[in-house]
Amino acid sequence: MDVIESKIDINSQEFKDNREHYLKLIANLKEKIEWAKAGGGEEQVKLHKSRGKMLARERIDALCDPDTPFLELNPLAGVGMYDNQAPCAGIVTGIGVVHGREVMLIANDATVKGGTYYPMTVKKHLRAQEIAMENNLPCVYLVDSGGAFLPLQDEVFPDREHFGRIFYNQARMSAMKIPQIALVMGSCTAGGAYVPAMSDETVMVKGNATIFLGGPPLVKAATGEEVSAEDLGGADVHCRKSGVSDHYTHSDEEALHVGRNILENLNKQPKTHIKTRKPEEPKYPIEEIYGIISKDAKKPFEVREIIARIVDGSKFHEFKALYGQTLVTGFAHIMGYPVGILANNGVLFSESALKGTHFIEMCCQRKIPLVFIQNITGFMVGSKYEAGGIAKDGAKMVTAVSNAQVPKFTVLIGGSFGAGNYGMCGRAYSPRQLWMWPNARISVMGGEQAANVLSTVKRDQLFRKGVEMTQEEVDSLKKPILDKYEQEGNPYYSSARIWDDGIIDPTSTRLVLALGISAALNAPIPDAGFSLYRM
Amino acid sequence: MEITKILVANRGEIAVRIMTACQEMGIATVGIYSDVDAKSPHVEMADESYPLGDPTPAASYLNIEKIIGIAKKSSANAIHPGYGFLSERANFAQACKDAGIKFIGPEPEVIHGVGDKIEAKRTMRNAGVPVIPGYTGEEKETLQEACQRIGFPVLIKASAGGGGKGMKIAKNMGELDEAVASARREAKSSFGNDELLLEKYLPRPRHIEFQILADEHGKIIHLFERECSIQRRHQKVVEETPSIALDADLRARMGQAAIMAAKTIGYTNAGTVEFMLDADKNFYFLEMNTRLQVEHAITEMTTGIDIVKWQIRIAMGEPLTLDQDKITQRGHAIECRIYAEDPEKNFMPSTGTLQTVELPTGMNIRHDTGIAQGYKISPYYDPMLAKLIVYGEDRKDASRKLEWALSNYIALGITTNIPFLRAIVHHPAFVSGDIDTHFIETHFASWSAAEVLPPEVLIAAAIDDMKHSNIVEHSGEGHEEQETTSPWTTVGRWRIDS
Repeated sequence: MDVIESKIDINSQEFKDNREHYLKLIANLKEKIEWAKAGGGEEQVKLHKSRGKMLARERIDALCDPDTPFLELNPLAGVGMYDNQAPCAGIVTGIGVVHGREVMLIANDATVKGGTYYPMTVKKHLRAQEIAMENNLPCVYLVDSGGAFLPLQDEVFPDREHFGRIFYNQARMSAMKIPQIALVMGSCTAGGAYVPAMSDETVMVKGNATIFLGGPPLVKAATGEEVSAEDLGGADVHCRKSGVSDHYTHSDEEALHVGRNILENLNKQPKTHIKTRKPEEPKYPIEEIYGIISKDAKKPFEVREIIARIVDGSKFHEFKALYGQTLVTGFAHIMGYPVGILANNGVLFSESALKGTHFIEMCCQRKIPLVFIQNITGFMVGSKYEAGGIAKDGAKMVTAVSNAQVPKFTVLIGGSFGAGNYGMCGRAYSPRQLWMWPNARISVMGGEQAANVLSTVKRDQLFRKGVEMTQEEVDSLKKPILDKYEQEGNPYYSSARIWDDGIIDPTSTRLVLALGISAALNAPIPDAGFSLYRM
Repeated sequence: MEITKILVANRGEIAVRIMTACQEMGIATVGIYSDVDAKSPHVEMADESYPLGDPTPAASYLNIEKIIGIAKKSSANAIHPGYGFLSERANFAQACKDAGIKFIGPEPEVIHGVGDKIEAKRTMRNAGVPVIPGYTGEEKETLQEACQRIGFPVLIKASAGGGGKGMKIAKNMGELDEAVASARREAKSSFGNDELLLEKYLPRPRHIEFQILADEHGKIIHLFERECSIQRRHQKVVEETPSIALDADLRARMGQAAIMAAKTIGYTNAGTVEFMLDADKNFYFLEMNTRLQVEHAITEMTTGIDIVKWQIRIAMGEPLTLDQDKITQRGHAIECRIYAEDPEKNFMPSTGTLQTVELPTGMNIRHDTGIAQGYKISPYYDPMLAKLIVYGEDRKDASRKLEWALSNYIALGITTNIPFLRAIVHHPAFVSGDIDTHFIETHFASWSAAEVLPPEVLIAAAIDDMKHSNIVEHSGEGHEEQETTSPWTTVGRWRIDS
């Protein structure tokens, strides 16, 4: 394959300035993740440990094979929400390796409000289950939660995608032969009791683990019976009498050891075959991405320079290089895995959309995973383009993306605005994973455009009433809109709400994608049910 | 005379080689072993084995009395001496004869006659076999005068010697006295006899030898040549056949000379006539080896004739049914000797236990070995572990096969000369066939395996290689594979914020 020739001057002042700017974004990202990882704070951690319990991340480390990666999902969920009282949304989720098999780990963090479920906790839990379901990953629930966060019950209990969906998913996944394992290492109350009860195998820790539909206070209120938590739903009750649990352990360490033994006996299924190559580092250092992305978000950059720093050997077999040039398409490998890449290099025209459609269909035929590299302001507008049928051409690309059954991965490396987000496999198009870079922006359109649109509409309304707006009035109208878009388009606003799976350092992109692709191969890739249409 | 049971008076690979032939022929075998060889493959292979005790050669494999005693006790009616040890001792052949045991080799008188190198050369010269100009001590002249007649450079060697011990070269008259004195000292201490020979020293000679088979009814044939020019201190390291230095005419003339040499002395059984071939294609009789050669295997590969079996058949009195004009040389064979020695430490013998042995196998790759996993290498005997013999359609094919085999030769636990052998086979001069007996001192005087990385690095690389295997396994008709390069198992610990 041909190697992309980089034209970046790493000694230019512009490169250095960009780099300096980006390093600040990275420092900010690390700082935020560090905050999230600290959980409920020192005092809560101390209290938690005084009970002989391990922290959520310690439990994950002990469960996973040593010296293996853990692909954490949504560490920044809940950031800037709930008065910043729910770091990490009180739950740690991610893909890890146990006995050589990728598994989804879902661990409550009891140091954050007793591990209770905020709306974002529920969303994060469900997202992890969704990934497990799509990729056929066994689920391990490390349970230590007081159930729903009662003050926000209206946002966690009643709706379709609320608390009850967790158990629905467990039942559905079990029907799909995806193992469900629960290690109960703390409370597991009320609805939460269904997590272990609906698992294939359940482990409890004597003294700390309790499972019951109603806790001692509720029991007393309802029936007058006085009973301790341990006697009501401790390990002895459930391992010896009720049969709700299968394995009796004395400590977190022992429970995790038994958990490993359980996973060792799942009978590992072979992964889907795709032809891999020997992994190869890119020809150019990945770190140079910092200097390539302009510190001025409006200034475009050549996306092939980014591709050159993500793919194996910087080798890229470009498809239709001369046609629809604002979308770059082509084949490459990422850490040995074949991928079809679609990357924006400007606003989408009809030709770009047709080219993208053709390329997506081709990857589906060949069962090659798709990687969408988003930096898109949207589709081209104007009478010429509307008359040219850009709506139906965009629709073709959206159709192809929607129906593509190969694993899809999306990385937002710049703007993600308007219908461009759809054609480029935004969240609504179910990519297996969607990651953001810290410089990325996401909204229905750019803040400037939105402000202009709204002020134009307003001015026209007033004009019809015979009132003409002054420039000051226009500016004061635009200001709050610009501020709103700036705030809501921020990647942290997105990540807090789980519109993505996490914000990553661009230098981790290769690995994150490769881990995702490898995990995706746990599920079969269906045959494409259509022939290829040249458009 | 029917031979029903053979005592193999040797050890190691050659004992195994001979016993293999015996087994194929349905002849019983008797093995002998010193204390350190009790667990050697040749002991296990023999139908019955007897201890020799004390491992020092003189007390064990050179102990004629003991060996004859064992032969009698075990009622072996023949003894095969192999090479080395007692194979060229006329008194051993005589002792066998006296005990009524068939010695598989020539008559004691022949061994004796050939063993005296001065005598041997005179005999050959008289028979019309070309002999290198030299001084045997009978010429009525001083060493200085002899040198003037022969012409410098001159090779000085012990009259009773062999194996390169005590050999010296004098390039001019000025060097002569000291070289002579030194040679005398070594000859005295090694052989108990300080008589010297002088010989014209050939600057770039090749060592060419001819394999002879002679039955006890007067029929003598040769099985063509072997080139053994790759030598270190007069010990052969790599041997090949045919030699690229010979054309058909020269080969025929040298073959006839070899047969003449054997005929002259009434030779019987297998033997080897060694010649030096100079750059102008003149050949000179060097000496005759009255035994099986280490390198006999390459001749077997190219002629298809089993020399050991013929030794036994000849000893039984069978006539040679092979006809000279029916014997052909086919393809090319190369042998190299695997030694337990450290080529980087002046070829010092190494000892220890062979922890792992994995021999490369494939079409036309032959191993003559007397070792096995767990085998302990003792310092008592020759450090040769095994011979690797390859056969190819031509010299290039054979060399490539040899290089491949050496690269895939695993013998762990002891230091071997394998890296050195690889370097030889890889050397442009060897590849082009531009070789002579000074090949090693010319090209490998200060050789060290510089490209060999420290063991820690090799181990790390091996582990890494195992982790990053690029082998993609297919499972039958399914669409599934075991991922071998998954980042989940190869990247090590990683976290989202690392």
